[in-house]
Amino acid sequence: MEVNLSKVKAYGDTLNDGAVQVSFSLPVPAGDEAKEAARQLALKMGLETPTVTEMADLKAGFSFFVVYGHLSHSVDYSAIKIPKREQKSMSFEEVNELIKEKLGRKVVVVAACTGSDAHTVGIDAIVNMKGFAGEYGLEKYPEIEAYNLGSQVPNADLLAKAVELKADAVLVSQVVTQKNIHLENLTELVELAEAEGLRDKVLLICGGPRITHELAMELGYDAGFGPGTMPNHVASYVAAELVRRGSAGKK
Amino acid sequence: MQKKLELEQKTIDLARDTAGKIADQLHSWISDYTTSTIERASARLLGIDGVDDAGVPLANIMVEKLQEAGLLGHGLVPWLASAIIARNESPQEIAEALKEDKLKVTDIPEAPEEKMQEVADKLALEAAAEIRATRGKREQMMQEAARPNKPLLYVIVATGSVYEDAIQAKAAALQGADIVAVIRHTGQSLLDYVPYGPTTEGFGGTYATQENFRIVREALDEAGEKTGRYIQLVNYASGLCMPEISVMGAVERLDMMLNDALYGILFRDINMKRTFIDQHFSRMINAYAGIVINTGEDNYLTTTDAYEKGHTVIASQFINEQLGLRSGLTEEQIALGHAFEINPDMEDGLLMEIAQAQLCRELFPSAPLKYMPPTKHVTGDIFRTYLVNGMFNFVSVLTGQEIQLLGMPTEAIHTPYISDRYLSIANGQYIFNNARHLGDEIMIKQDGRIQARAAHLLGEACEMLQEIERIGLESAIEQGFFADIKRTAEGGKGKDGVAGKEENYYNPFFELFLNGSIPTEGRLS
Repeated sequence: MEVNLSKVKAYGDTLNDGAVQVSFSLPVPAGDEAKEAARQLALKMGLETPTVTEMADLKAGFSFFVVYGHLSHSVDYSAIKIPKREQKSMSFEEVNELIKEKLGRKVVVVAACTGSDAHTVGIDAIVNMKGFAGEYGLEKYPEIEAYNLGSQVPNADLLAKAVELKADAVLVSQVVTQKNIHLENLTELVELAEAEGLRDKVLLICGGPRITHELAMELGYDAGFGPGTMPNHVASYVAAELVRRGSAGKK
Repeated sequence: MQKKLELEQKTIDLARDTAGKIADQLHSWISDYTTSTIERASARLLGIDGVDDAGVPLANIMVEKLQEAGLLGHGLVPWLASAIIARNESPQEIAEALKEDKLKVTDIPEAPEEKMQEVADKLALEAAAEIRATRGKREQMMQEAARPNKPLLYVIVATGSVYEDAIQAKAAALQGADIVAVIRHTGQSLLDYVPYGPTTEGFGGTYATQENFRIVREALDEAGEKTGRYIQLVNYASGLCMPEISVMGAVERLDMMLNDALYGILFRDINMKRTFIDQHFSRMINAYAGIVINTGEDNYLTTTDAYEKGHTVIASQFINEQLGLRSGLTEEQIALGHAFEINPDMEDGLLMEIAQAQLCRELFPSAPLKYMPPTKHVTGDIFRTYLVNGMFNFVSVLTGQEIQLLGMPTEAIHTPYISDRYLSIANGQYIFNNARHLGDEIMIKQDGRIQARAAHLLGEACEMLQEIERIGLESAIEQGFFADIKRTAEGGKGKDGVAGKEENYYNPFFELFLNGSIPTEGRLS
């Protein structure tokens, strides 16, 4: 099978068939007209020969559709460049050793769920002693002093705490979002840090189910961590980056 | 309900008895205190409504002024009744006068006790009669409606705008939901006042306001009428305004309230003392209004491991039950919470879920148990989540759960879209119908994995309760017994609102609600 990397299409069972499924609701009652509307929308999405395989009546004037079709679009895979954190992940022991050897002092990390977000699942998994899936959290690292400030922490309070504790890194988690409130929150933190002249003094790191490293860079963060991140990934980045920046004798 | 786990009755009795002692320890001091929100709730019950130009509720203005004058410990009722006597005005007129600074707290002379109580009792009985009438209306509507199958299908709407909520709630009801909860704006639990009027902007949910309650209630009643069913409405009597939200719910005919005794302390860092005092009054109101409360033990399993900490849920359920009973709730009004949160990758995890769910069922046979869906281990793979939710629904119907908060395929992604809710309802309907009587047909193997797990959970829960009784619930929370979260007795938000009751404190609602007294027309006149 010869895949043309400059024209990659979705795959169903035959190369370049472009097979995809989509599902969506429409604010019109279920019926023949609604079904045709769904089909036409699929055409506009670039689906060739779309088939509405399911229409359900959601009542109260709404309908739901499952549509299969063949996507006419393709992308140039060979031209894609994704910025990546260059740091390879180290183990718990390796991180502690690196900090001990190259920095010679404890690394201070302050973490919180900011703004209106009350969901600490992510930040707890990374920071709390217990960690996640058998991988210890930052609190357990002997060479890291980690402070988990919990949920619904105002950005200003988080920065104030970072100054007070002379933090090397600030970790922000954003889990629940609606109408992109998480982006506003994250942007505000960067702006506040800049306004207070802190931006160059700490590593700003964000994480959450909708965060990617690329998005984090765009927002002005040093790094971003998405789904599947383990505590040692974050610890590795922080330790190595501090070493790279020569932050050993900073304090 | 058929018993299948062969639990040791003496362990169950010991656990319940110990939880009762823990509750009694709290009750040895709870009634010595009042809080700002208890007094505001009383103001609302007495008919004080509305806000000033800055959006501050008149109930807050009155209570703040009393607090400034050092009168909070006497309660709002004696002052308000004295003002009614002195000025021959309604509570609302007095509140307006205070707001406009036409009246000062110190302008009102203290009325003679007997006269003051007479005026206060009359108003309180009128308020109680209104709540009873609302309760009566619910009971009548439920009687006339088709009897729903159990587990009841419970869904959430969370658009941020009450008008959008009303549309989505109605659609969900028409699709088959029995219960609709309107999730609150994420920060609301930390507001020390209740917002006012219809609201259209909220994040992660919609503000709980009395007008918002009314709007969604109306939408659900319409859907109920269309389908010959009664659709239950849920909100959150939690946070810094537990009793006030209970009052609003009692008046606007909410049917259920999330109303946990510990949740605010653990998950919102609200002061311990404040929460214990508030939950008691709040639950008394719910008890009187015939509202079913939902407890929040499911949350423990999102911050800890569900397999390792399963017993903390059981221990907390016993405590919530005992506290609830002491606030006048019946067992049938206490929907104890638990959750399907064991890592789905675990071998025999399903058996462990069955053990926990069946254990809850057998320990609390009269409670309308509320079962919460997997959230911690679900991912952006909506297809996998849909399947995990199916297993959750299966365990529920198998073990006789009563209130099923349906899991959404997009749980880990966003607040539910209309189609997410539809798919979840379809999932629940299919499994509940298709396996309706499976639980009646299946026994659990003697001394097998499920029985062993259940016995282990009960044993650990009982030990934990004994330890809590020994050190006191406050110390247990300080040491992180629940959800691995530690809170200090003096820390947390809202401590300023706690006041010791003075000797002449008076509030007729405590006795009225706790005794469940039904005002008669004779007593009203």
